[in-house]
Amino acid sequence: MASVKLPESKIQELKEVCQKYDNKGSELINVLHGAQELFGYLPAEVQEIIADELNVSVAHVYGVVTFYSFFSMLPKGRNPISICMGTACYVRGAEKVLDEFKRILNVKVGETTGDGKFSLSCLRCVGACGLAPVVTIGERVYGRVSADDVKKILSEYA
Amino acid sequence: MGKYKSHILVCAGTGCRASDCEGIVSNLESALEENNLNEDVQVVRTGCFGFCEKGPVVKMVPDNTFYVEVTPDDAGELVLEHLVKGRKVERLLYIDPDTKERISDSKHMGFYKKQYRIALRNCGFIDPENIDEYIARDGYAAMGKILESMTPEEATAIIKESGLRGRGGGGFPTGLKWEFTRKAQADKKYVVCNADEGDPGAFMDRSILEGDPHSVLEAMAICGFCIGADTGLIYIRAEYPLAINRLKTAINQAREYGLIGKDILGTGFNFDVEIRLGAGAFVCGEETALIHSMEGLRGEPTVKPPFPAEKGYNGKPTNVNNVETFANVPPIILKGSKWFSEIGTEKSKGTKVFALAGKVNNVGLIEVPMGISLREVIFDIGGGIKGGKKFKAVQTGGPSGGCLTEKHLDIPIDYENLLQCGSMMGSGGMIVMDEDDCMVSMAKFYLDFTVEESCGKCAPCRIGNKRLYEMLDKISLGKSTEEDLGMLRNLANVIKDTSLCGLGQTSPNPVLSTMDNFQEEYLAHVVDGKCPAGQCKALMHYIIDSHLCVGCTLCNRVCPVDAISGEKKTPHVIDSSICIKCGACLEKCKFGAISVQ
Amino acid sequence: MDIVKLTIDDKPVVVERGTTLLEAAKSIGINIPTLCYMKLEDLNFENKPGGCRVCVVEVEGRRNLAPACKTECSEGMVVHSHTVRVINARRTVMELILSDHPAECLTCAKSGNCDLQSMAQKLGIRELHYKGEQSRYKGDKSPAIIREMDKCIMCRRCETACNDVQTVGVLSAINRGFESVVAPAFEMDLDKSSCTYCGQCVAVCPTAALTERDSTWKVVEAIVNPQKTVIVQTAPAVRAALGEAFGMEPGTLVTGKMVAALKKLGFDYVFDTDFAADLTIMEEGAEILDRLSRHLNGDKEVKLPILTSCCPGWVKFFEHHFPEMIDIPSTAKSPQQMFGAIAKSYFAQQLKKKREDLVVVSVMPCLAKKYECTREEFQVNGDPDVNLSISTRELANLIRNANLDFGKLTDEDFDHPLGESTGASVIFGTTGGVIEAAIRSAYEMFTEKKLEKVDFLELRGMEGIRKATVDFDGLPINIGIAHGLGNARKLLEDIKAGKSEFHAIEIMACPGGCIGGGGQPYHHGDVEILKKRQKAIYAEDAGKPIRKSHENPYIQKLYKEFLGKPLSDKSHELLHTHYFDRKSKIEVNH
Repeated sequence: MASVKLPESKIQELKEVCQKYDNKGSELINVLHGAQELFGYLPAEVQEIIADELNVSVAHVYGVVTFYSFFSMLPKGRNPISICMGTACYVRGAEKVLDEFKRILNVKVGETTGDGKFSLSCLRCVGACGLAPVVTIGERVYGRVSADDVKKILSEYA
Repeated sequence: MGKYKSHILVCAGTGCRASDCEGIVSNLESALEENNLNEDVQVVRTGCFGFCEKGPVVKMVPDNTFYVEVTPDDAGELVLEHLVKGRKVERLLYIDPDTKERISDSKHMGFYKKQYRIALRNCGFIDPENIDEYIARDGYAAMGKILESMTPEEATAIIKESGLRGRGGGGFPTGLKWEFTRKAQADKKYVVCNADEGDPGAFMDRSILEGDPHSVLEAMAICGFCIGADTGLIYIRAEYPLAINRLKTAINQAREYGLIGKDILGTGFNFDVEIRLGAGAFVCGEETALIHSMEGLRGEPTVKPPFPAEKGYNGKPTNVNNVETFANVPPIILKGSKWFSEIGTEKSKGTKVFALAGKVNNVGLIEVPMGISLREVIFDIGGGIKGGKKFKAVQTGGPSGGCLTEKHLDIPIDYENLLQCGSMMGSGGMIVMDEDDCMVSMAKFYLDFTVEESCGKCAPCRIGNKRLYEMLDKISLGKSTEEDLGMLRNLANVIKDTSLCGLGQTSPNPVLSTMDNFQEEYLAHVVDGKCPAGQCKALMHYIIDSHLCVGCTLCNRVCPVDAISGEKKTPHVIDSSICIKCGACLEKCKFGAISVQ
Repeated sequence: MDIVKLTIDDKPVVVERGTTLLEAAKSIGINIPTLCYMKLEDLNFENKPGGCRVCVVEVEGRRNLAPACKTECSEGMVVHSHTVRVINARRTVMELILSDHPAECLTCAKSGNCDLQSMAQKLGIRELHYKGEQSRYKGDKSPAIIREMDKCIMCRRCETACNDVQTVGVLSAINRGFESVVAPAFEMDLDKSSCTYCGQCVAVCPTAALTERDSTWKVVEAIVNPQKTVIVQTAPAVRAALGEAFGMEPGTLVTGKMVAALKKLGFDYVFDTDFAADLTIMEEGAEILDRLSRHLNGDKEVKLPILTSCCPGWVKFFEHHFPEMIDIPSTAKSPQQMFGAIAKSYFAQQLKKKREDLVVVSVMPCLAKKYECTREEFQVNGDPDVNLSISTRELANLIRNANLDFGKLTDEDFDHPLGESTGASVIFGTTGGVIEAAIRSAYEMFTEKKLEKVDFLELRGMEGIRKATVDFDGLPINIGIAHGLGNARKLLEDIKAGKSEFHAIEIMACPGGCIGGGGQPYHHGDVEILKKRQKAIYAEDAGKPIRKSHENPYIQKLYKEFLGKPLSDKSHELLHTHYFDRKSKIEVNH
């Protein structure tokens, strides 16, 4: 794993996140949420600082990070694409939409494009089943997406 | 809603937000200003109306005109026509699919007619970010009632007698759970609200939290009073930012009003609520896993007993209920256990919220009395199958449930009946499937989910589900034998029998129920090498009817892998060994010469 | 006493409330099979995640089968441990576990000692009905421990050992579902982690997911190399356990047979680490006295308590976790390293050989010793003082390879001069032994009186943390003992907080001390074995003519001819060491 040099100011902010939760090991998940908000992802160095601050082992932190799909150790693309794979979206053709994104962007699920522009992920039900299949890019929600729409959607981010 | 003469309710649930309801709100507000109506008419963002299929939904109050599929561009017309000129905007009214009549009041729509809203009582009616609107609809009255005039025992008894059962899936009697936790001796106890709604295709809890967050806070406080807890924790998915924000707003408002916090209503009762974020693990819907997750651990479940009622969060007695269960509590306290227990069936009282989705005309969130039939839900409320296709199955209970068929359509929906049919209530996902849906693929879809969401702690779930998935995959590829089906069933039963937690104990249900109800379909895959629904790609063959083919070469040109050959003006052929079954040729053929077998 | 009555397989049984079905069944002669479960009484080791589901039984009235290891007995329970339903479930689950395990038994390091293998035999698995993808993980070869996680069955015993017992915290379950496995943070190799190589994970691993790095072939190569003089040293705890590898009763002392076997294997000199243990006492004892006297004379700079330093797992532990306290432990090297240093200087001189021509092999109950001998400060111009360290188990393999009928070997004696030792050095092999040995000598050096009663029973036992006050002729000396790093951590936290009243503390990384080392024959969860080994160690001590280290004539000779006196310049050069701050540091971008 490539090592990341964290800026000192961010480390201070991270420590403040830990302090906000009284540096308690039992608050690990809240702290990780805060850290991911701060850095966009959870590189090893961040996890080591958290382990140190909360007085838990770094293996434990890593064990937790890898358990929950919300936490990521890879930086996300500038436009994170999520395909809803909830049942409603699935039966209405989400898989074809996903395949099309994979094909056009030439990435697998969980990866980021070489230029850092897009990252592709799946999620389980955003709760907009009425609009199935649903794709979200950043904050934007696209409903009733078909494989044919994919090119057009991506062109909005040219 | 005091000073305004009328209100425009705009659905601001996640579905309608995705369709730019914010644009509608701002355009409505500027249109009101232009027409000098902003003093008299207020635009209110509400929680989900439920009728997501026709969103965004806008409702005029007090005349209850229900506009569907509204766009921001319609705002000016709505204000001018409806409010200024007093004429309904006909083109935005709902059209009854049978009578083709335009219906302006939602209570006459098929979608709403058979619904009975208890948990969703305020969703779509109030501004969830305004505590006054909740209070105006009897909010916090139930809590006031018990704090002022009841003992914890008496209040618990009401919940017990009402027959309310856990709406998160298991259906354990809520009052009994409260009583266990109340009886546990400890210096500290907790009330936990399970808002880690993880079933793919279920979003009722999110809708309640987005549309009526105070009902959950009030119920948690009531529960705290009953069991002797002063701390409430809401474990909510981080994927629900809107619900989290509305909850935070609600908690702050309730604190300001002294409805939670120290010495509530001057009764000496203390109860405060904190939010804990989930982080994307379906298994955390299981209460012991949820508790471990709140403790900063991997969300791995532990063997019960001990139950959380004895040893839960931080080792203290903890009562865990889900959002919908809590949302039922205040009305039960206010209206009494008898009122509630008169709704529903003998063993399943009250109502249930379902997220109706899939191949049904009216996708949305519905609340119906227990005991209603699947037929009523799918055909009356759901408006039947999309595109006039044939109903094939309905999946209830998400990854823990099963697929029910035509023969189950008239069975009254309740916990026991669904279980008996090989499915379960679950949290209330209801996915309708038509003739194009392959049941093997469906089972595979759910197993794929379970494999990904299994925590990995116990062997049958960790490895068994993986093997189940692989066996289903083999079937969908046409590489299985009849003998495999017997092994598949044995494995499914052993996983159910030996898994550590509810996830593994129910994960084979989609397999078993489809095997039971669609045996021929499995046999078709295994024996005949065919997928009757035409969904399993490996079993499909595209062929060109030489009598119908005119040799226009269109298919040849569109084929991405050059699997089609033939001279111009002579019939073409598809080489199955090359064909990737993309279907491009079928779409292009103007002569209906290409078909799938 | 609160009791409950229940029926298991139609037999009535009465047990104390809180008893598990597994224990209740065992009490009436029903052995329900277990796989992930492991409980070591007295050692604070309890692993019962209820994960493998091999121990499931049928409880009437329950919808699902219940894990016997986790389910508490309740009044009136009716339990069936071998119905068709149970047996089918148990076998199917076992088949599933095997379907995700490489079938490499023929060449597997653990074959014959593998809990998974024996369970498959016990359940009569002859065919795997469920096959599919198998988990694949990258291998990890540290100097001491090899991780081959393809063989992991997620019993979580190693996690319990590493986190709960040892509080080292290197291992955790990671990922989830089929991908889940136990690994260090970021799946880094162990040698990049804060692993102490105590080997307790290896000691409890049911399969070959965790094994020692095998050096037996390197030993053979050294022995057959005519250019090399190969010297072997054997640690005290080895002789108390080696016999188990040849089917002998636990607690059988096999010192003479072990020496005979080593000679037959072709080692040029068969020496005893015990000799170096006596030397350790000389140096460490002198250091204790030095610090103690300075303390009594009012020197505020002197650090007390002094901590023993003969355990390399423990040394690495405090280097990672308590770097601010690295000046507290004794600077005396461990017996293994003292032996190496003396062998390659003093003894090399006697042989008139260059140190590079000597190969020092150690036989240790320990895996951390493999790592210790690779540490740079224990090398001279790239030549390590101890070239190779093999475990008790590896020695057993060497003996088998040489076709020796171990039980029938005639006892032989260690060679001189580095083979002579006292009773004090033998007890280094058990928790409490080092400090007892140190006291035997320190008492006499400090009081200048003869110590009549050499057995300090108050220092012995299996309790994780023990405390005793020893009377140094009117001066009370407070002694602390901890075995298992979790217990050590507690004492260290106290010292850090200034709450420690101790003058000297003995710490051993492994529960039980070296007798429970990670390189010993597998105990398979039977803690009685450790107790029997301990008994054997004390028996050997009691049978020795000399029981105080400073009375070892060869030690006296060594000082006279070579070292001068304890803590001399020569001693410092050869027998003392220093420690490093190994806390991980984050690079910062200023």
